[in-house]
Amino acid sequence: MVKAALNETTLLQGLARNDRKAIETIYREHYGMVQALVVNNSGSADDAKDIFQEALLVLYEKVKEGSFELHCQLKTYLYSVSRRLWLKRLMQQNRFVIGEHHGETVPVEEELETHEQRNQDFELMEKALGGLGEPCRSLLEAFYLQKKGMQEIAAAFGYTNADNAKNQKYKCLVRLKKLFFAQYKNDV
Amino acid sequence: MDDLNLLEAVERYINGQMTPDERVWFEGLRKSNPEIDQLVVEHTFFIQQFHRFDETRVFKSRLNEVHLDLAEAGAIESPRLKGKARITYLYNRYKRTGAIAASIAGVTAVAISALLWSVSPAKAPSTRDIRYLNGKIDQALTNTKRLDNRISDVEGKVVANNGTDPEAPKVVYTTGGTGFLIDPSGYLVTSAHVVGNAQSIAVQNGEGDEFQATLIQTDAARDIAILKITDPKFKAPSALPYAIRKGGAEIAEPVYTLGYPRNTVVYGEGYMAARTGFNGDTLTCQIAIAANPGNSGGPILNRNGEVVGILSAKQTTAEGVVFATQSKYLYQLMSDLRKTDTSFQRHKATAASLRSLDRTQQVKKIQDFVYRVKVS
Repeated sequence: MVKAALNETTLLQGLARNDRKAIETIYREHYGMVQALVVNNSGSADDAKDIFQEALLVLYEKVKEGSFELHCQLKTYLYSVSRRLWLKRLMQQNRFVIGEHHGETVPVEEELETHEQRNQDFELMEKALGGLGEPCRSLLEAFYLQKKGMQEIAAAFGYTNADNAKNQKYKCLVRLKKLFFAQYKNDV
Repeated sequence: MDDLNLLEAVERYINGQMTPDERVWFEGLRKSNPEIDQLVVEHTFFIQQFHRFDETRVFKSRLNEVHLDLAEAGAIESPRLKGKARITYLYNRYKRTGAIAASIAGVTAVAISALLWSVSPAKAPSTRDIRYLNGKIDQALTNTKRLDNRISDVEGKVVANNGTDPEAPKVVYTTGGTGFLIDPSGYLVTSAHVVGNAQSIAVQNGEGDEFQATLIQTDAARDIAILKITDPKFKAPSALPYAIRKGGAEIAEPVYTLGYPRNTVVYGEGYMAARTGFNGDTLTCQIAIAANPGNSGGPILNRNGEVVGILSAKQTTAEGVVFATQSKYLYQLMSDLRKTDTSFQRHKATAASLRSLDRTQQVKKIQDFVYRVKVS
């Protein structure tokens, strides 16, 4: 039991690093359970994939924060999150709600609320970036996400010098922020 | 302090790149000026959102990767891929191995064709009168490069067996042409002869970024091929600036093309000369335009910025006689594709967006959607 808990901690640390091995292990061990849950409750295999991946995303967001401690088995946690997510999806589609459940669950309302918010943020940013167009999008990603230097960016994007690239980056950033916050303030 | 410098200061402050003195000064500024304080708060939040977005995006694609791999390996009970999706998946998964096989096959083919060429009779004259305009890329170097490739592939494989991840082998692209997007999700059209015996296809935009692509469909009779960019690096644009014209162009209508006869995009203009192609071919039309090897697959656009054809070949026995596949066949092919492939979105024709612009502006908008197609 102690050994299993230790293993799961290592797995979660791997997950926080987006480590492929860790994700694969979790996937192998727990996907079947979630698929059974969804498929036995009027869902398809594709639904199962969505739900399981979203549950992993919830877990990922939690472990990324750093302070997360698993107070139950990973299996129970994933089951609880997936079940809530699937219930919600069914309700949205006005479909019949899952009857009795057989697995053990833990309360996960709080993280799902956070997750919901994050989902919205993600979509907002996606939309804003989509509206931004190229080359602005790549330029900003190169600078802020890939952490490339202005010199390098100037060369890659065909600007005559780093100052030009910086100017362009500034203009792009202002536009992106405008797009993002316009929606953000509308939504909040 | 202007806005640009202010923002730079804010970024350096957030990233902790300021000297202690500067920091004290900036914090003073922040206290005395609520607008600057607001900017710091807002920018910190925004950058955090931006990073989070990226992390989530990367994580999601990682999950999909794992899911696909495990499903294919039978480790989880998820339905396996079918049809085209499966081919794309297998292509991505085995392109490394494929490239090795391809380079071996390539060397053999070159050897055999050299033998055959020396003994085979000349082709019928009629086919020599017409030349497809796919360009050869660094042909002289091909052979040695292929051998080099083969060696490095094998080395890569040895490394792979040792458990570390080798870099994808460098594929040497030997022929090329032009292609253009017909759907924002990454579908490109080019001439069928450009990708004829392709083992591996890549497309390159005007900025020099290269993306892997797979062949979705070819129609050799009409000389149309549809490719899809499968590279995760590819950022789908929101919409295309041009529409595909369902009818054709009228004789004498001025047209222009964009293509890659060399490493950079080249503009050419001319007019619609005849409604039929070589020897009265009704699938194509004749255009008077300057075109060179590498122009194949390029869009022929009319003054409204609508695609009216796909450049395919030129007559070698006459100057300035170029043939293009009529756009109505592309239109038909796209309608068919829409029925069979759900990821193919309905291409919203935004023809009006180019109509009012002058040629320079039109080209500026269109050139980002015209790619160089490289084939090995």
